[in-house]
Amino acid sequence: MTTVTGAVTEAPATTVPEPARRTSPYPYWFILPGGVIFTVFFLVPSVMAFWFSLTRWTLFDQEFIGLDNYVQFFREPALSSGLRHTLVYAVTTSGLKVVLGMALAVLLTGPILGRGFMRSVAFFPVLVSTIGVGLTFQILMHPTRGVINQALDLIGITGPAWLVDPDWALLSVAFVDVWQGVGLATVIYMAGILSIPGEYFEAAKMDGAGAWHRFRNITLPLAKPATVSVILLSLIGGLRKFDLIWAMTKGGPGFTSDVMASVIYKQYQAGFYGLSTAGNVVLFLLVILIALPLFWFFNRRDDQ
Amino acid sequence: MSTRPRPNYPLSGLAVVLFGVVFLVPFGFIVLTAGKTAQESALLDFSWPTEWAFVANLQAVVEARDYLLIIAFINSTILTVASVTVVVILAAMAGFVLQRRRSRFTRAANLIILSGLVLPPAVVPTIWVLQRIGLFKTMPGLILVEIAYAMAFCVLLFQAFIAGIPKEMDEAATIDGAGPLSLFFRVVFPLLRPIIVTVVVVQTVFIWNDFTSPLYFLPGDENATVQLTLFNFQGQYASSYNLLFMDILLVTVPPLIMFMIFQRQIVSGMVAGSVKG
Repeated sequence: MTTVTGAVTEAPATTVPEPARRTSPYPYWFILPGGVIFTVFFLVPSVMAFWFSLTRWTLFDQEFIGLDNYVQFFREPALSSGLRHTLVYAVTTSGLKVVLGMALAVLLTGPILGRGFMRSVAFFPVLVSTIGVGLTFQILMHPTRGVINQALDLIGITGPAWLVDPDWALLSVAFVDVWQGVGLATVIYMAGILSIPGEYFEAAKMDGAGAWHRFRNITLPLAKPATVSVILLSLIGGLRKFDLIWAMTKGGPGFTSDVMASVIYKQYQAGFYGLSTAGNVVLFLLVILIALPLFWFFNRRDDQ
Repeated sequence: MSTRPRPNYPLSGLAVVLFGVVFLVPFGFIVLTAGKTAQESALLDFSWPTEWAFVANLQAVVEARDYLLIIAFINSTILTVASVTVVVILAAMAGFVLQRRRSRFTRAANLIILSGLVLPPAVVPTIWVLQRIGLFKTMPGLILVEIAYAMAFCVLLFQAFIAGIPKEMDEAATIDGAGPLSLFFRVVFPLLRPIIVTVVVVQTVFIWNDFTSPLYFLPGDENATVQLTLFNFQGQYASSYNLLFMDILLVTVPPLIMFMIFQRQIVSGMVAGSVKG
């Protein structure tokens, strides 16, 4: 490809003045300003994190302490449980977004009225301030007076105490995450389903395939790229989620809804910068460990 | 999708009602609570206010703590406008060269860009960098961080779009004597209009709603962004839910306006961005 640019610059050499001809029309320095900002404020901190996580650190001076931060991280249940909660949170949210996003997309691409309205209504929460959503649902999920439990009472169900129940807190936040994010999954799936040629469905219908078979054998396999996007996007988003959890529970009650990102913030607030950064590195590795095999797996399957 | 069967009316009705309840009731709750008096809002119920205190609440929220909310709106606006402007220009330039030149270097660069999309940022070391160059707790520092975090997403979107612009365009312009700068800014940049609109709108919403970066990199009341005031309101007005929800309502209005004007660009941009990633 680089030879193409070379050929272009040589061809008209007779008619044009010579100095401008020397350089490529695509100079590498175009990448420089953006590249420098990205390097200084994203790459350098990411690489330095590995060193700082091995130190007792106050921003001004640091003392090398080896793997002590990591040892402490995995020894203290309050910290290491954050790792488990992060996984539960990411898997729950992305699983629900896949299933509900697919269901809503099938509904909205089917023979139905009010499609535009429903798509807009489901998508809008994606754009709303996560803190605003978190604070609103904190009120809606009030154990006794909250609108959700009041509504459940009407149909004879006693709702859980949501955010104040240690067994429910993390799941409650995950549900709100799904409420806010399912609109994006839905539009990704809608784009995937609408790109499937209509003749496939027609032909299957001719052959007598029912709605379930058409979904199972046409929509589901051919919308796979959309599924891959939704899974990757929501897993990566779920693993690093902070704002919603912080707005709703601050990791409580106790540490029952603490995730990696909130542990990192709490340790930072407490002045344990080395420990906080160690948590950051653990999160880092967790994301790589989960995202990389998925990338590899999905790409490999696509090639065949 | 080509031959659409007769719409299913009962299913449509059911779906519209269900979507309305699930997705609109929370917003209705915000608006209604923002219009209630303090005592009535403390009941936390979903009901029509017996007495509208909308204007009084609006005034109270705006005037609270020496017009902190106004300052926060100004701060958030500066942050969003500056970050988005810079990131659009720099990402378009980088995306242009990265797409047009295919070499070992650009392939490596693309891999690193992908990492920027996937990896969680290392927050405390970023504070260390900001402190070293004297930009910690300053607006320019936060702007640079937002630019860095938005860069990967924007560069990938620009690359995908530029791939659809024929290279013959560049060649024609180059033959006419255009240097790289005028080739890019006079010929290519105007062609990027659709994707620029998408990137601007999506990033504006992202950065406007960003809570974590200001929390870490720009702490302090005098620098508060709107998302932080929202969070702080919760502590200060523990019993004044009407004021809290008025604040939520105000913070939600700018994205709502963006959504109503640019719905198509936002949806397509976020779908394209997620499929790329």
